[in-house]
Amino acid sequence: MLKTLRQIASVGIVSECPPEPDAGFAVGDQLQEHIRAVLGRALCIRHIDAGSCNGCELEIHALNNPIYNLEGLGIRFVASPRHADLLLVTGPVSRHMEAALKRTYEATPDPKLVVAIGDCGCTGGVFGEGYASCGRVSNVIPVNVAVPGCPPSPGRILAGILTAISDSSKVRIASAEPA
Amino acid sequence: MPLQSWLTRSRPQPGAPGLRALTVAVDQWRGIAQDIAAASGRLLALWASADAHAIPTIRAAFLAGPQGLLLSVPIMHPESPYPGIGDLFPASVRMQRAVADLTGLRSSDADTRPWLRHAAWPQHYRPLIDPPPQILNAQAMVDDYPFVRVEGEGVHEIAVGPVHAGIIEPGHFRFSVVGEKVLRLEERLAYVHKGIEERFTQLPILEAHRLAARVSGDSAVAFSWAYCQALEGITGNSIPPRAAWLRALYLELERVANHLGDLGALGNDAGFAFGLTQFSRLKEQILRVNDTALGARYLLDSVIPGGTQRDLARADAAALGQCLREIADEAQRLRIIYEEHEGVRDRFNGAGVVSPELATRLGLTGLAGRASAQAFDLRCDLPCEPYTQLSVQKITRSEGDVAARVAVRFDELQESCRLIQHILASLPDGPHRAPLDAPAAGVTGAGLIEGWRGPVCVALEAGPAGTIQRCHPHDPSWQNWPVLEHAVIGNIVPDFPLINKSFNLSYSGHDL
Repeated sequence: MLKTLRQIASVGIVSECPPEPDAGFAVGDQLQEHIRAVLGRALCIRHIDAGSCNGCELEIHALNNPIYNLEGLGIRFVASPRHADLLLVTGPVSRHMEAALKRTYEATPDPKLVVAIGDCGCTGGVFGEGYASCGRVSNVIPVNVAVPGCPPSPGRILAGILTAISDSSKVRIASAEPA
Repeated sequence: MPLQSWLTRSRPQPGAPGLRALTVAVDQWRGIAQDIAAASGRLLALWASADAHAIPTIRAAFLAGPQGLLLSVPIMHPESPYPGIGDLFPASVRMQRAVADLTGLRSSDADTRPWLRHAAWPQHYRPLIDPPPQILNAQAMVDDYPFVRVEGEGVHEIAVGPVHAGIIEPGHFRFSVVGEKVLRLEERLAYVHKGIEERFTQLPILEAHRLAARVSGDSAVAFSWAYCQALEGITGNSIPPRAAWLRALYLELERVANHLGDLGALGNDAGFAFGLTQFSRLKEQILRVNDTALGARYLLDSVIPGGTQRDLARADAAALGQCLREIADEAQRLRIIYEEHEGVRDRFNGAGVVSPELATRLGLTGLAGRASAQAFDLRCDLPCEPYTQLSVQKITRSEGDVAARVAVRFDELQESCRLIQHILASLPDGPHRAPLDAPAAGVTGAGLIEGWRGPVCVALEAGPAGTIQRCHPHDPSWQNWPVLEHAVIGNIVPDFPLINKSFNLSYSGHDL
């Protein structure tokens, strides 16, 4: 126990503060306020791997490390789409995940946002469309923001989430659209 | 017939060192498989393609003694089943079912259920043979898969997935339980089947290393290196020494990053969130030094045909070395904390045991295999350049539980850190890439690389004019997924996430 405490004390707080007020991470404080204004509570994200190579998952995991400290910004990952405000979808959508992705989308209460992650989520990427792949996420469910990259860095994924959140008109559009 | 007499009839196989190739008739297939099994050989991969005369052919890669053996079995009567080898190599059962789904070639083994095919494409459609279908099912429905049912008083089923409650790849698990005890687990995978093998045939052979790297993103270096090794075998080119050493540097960095991620997640699954915080911080340090020194956090496009995408500057090498020294020290400190933490120890010890006997019988491979006394590591047993000069220390344990798989990761982490320092200190001068000759149509190359999870195998057949006739990438998860079903028997349901994580198998790499 002493060693554990010593390690915690010696590492200290490693979470990064925004170096510039307008840099990607700088939206931290405003974002928390914005999330509170729109939702009245933390932003809840449900992640769905709809066919990814698992590269994007590695970078989404990194958002939870103490350096990016996503929860510190008032954003957290939840276990059910019924608890979620935003779906973070990776991969070209495999045909075997098409039904599961649609059902997850339908299970998410309105108003909802969808952020497609990675080159594959944006365009189908190197996998394209074929007998087993539906290609980009927007071929299957409506998408608000698409974040390119292979995989996109945690900073870019965060920027994509922020873009979706900060444009609250998109929330209205998404809620007005039938599933 | 002893294995040696088969080997004397074999010919050299282009690609990874120590590989031989042999074509046998379908009535010799079980015989040679029996001889390989009797010699404690290992099945690396099994797939189907066509030979030069367009005859459907079952192919399989084995490790037999000090050599690798690539077998081809032409199937002259594809309408009747070829002999299955599920009794000799249990891991082959799902591979044979996948072959049936993709090419229509059926084995004589009893389990004829589809494996890679759900309801997304019609049963009679053979993706690797037939032209693309005009009409796919408008929306793929969820099909009714015949899971094996466990009957008995108090037995009930828990169905989990495909979408899981976390940042995880999709797959379905069907538990049959009494109370909280698992009687049986049956996996159903292939939710992320993207048609990768068909996709390969649409890409230029000199560019498809990008697709290989994305078979399983966490093993990008292993797959892209294995692909390039196969391609360089086809063209007959050897790569510059510096390129080989840089590839090994990338491969060991990939191993360190994945082991750090797993060690953190395993602590977290044992209720010790401190571990996740600490190890994910260390992993982020590696990714950042990768980004500055090698140009990318994840090395998806760093290995290219003929060498590597970038060279490594001296200052960047120093930064890498410094980062890895710190990580080795910190990981050692955290290991002591894990080992002294009674709560963690209590969850790790004795959970998800795979005995060495069961591991041998089922063909458990790679990191998980080494935790169950399967002393096999391509970097030691069939080394390519520069591993012939690195004298990698093979790490094994015999307990076969979660604790053993954690211990192997800790030891391999230190060994990889040592190798990285050695590589950085001994990196040969010279170019980091060389031009490749045009690949000749009809030639097959095979690549074999020990990724962080286990042996990665890529078989590549060149088509005319720089095309790909057939490419089969094989992830070691194929071998290990069925063993996970055994590892959880008798454990309680709440221990499944921990046991599953201790294997950390790839869905994408398996589903293709």
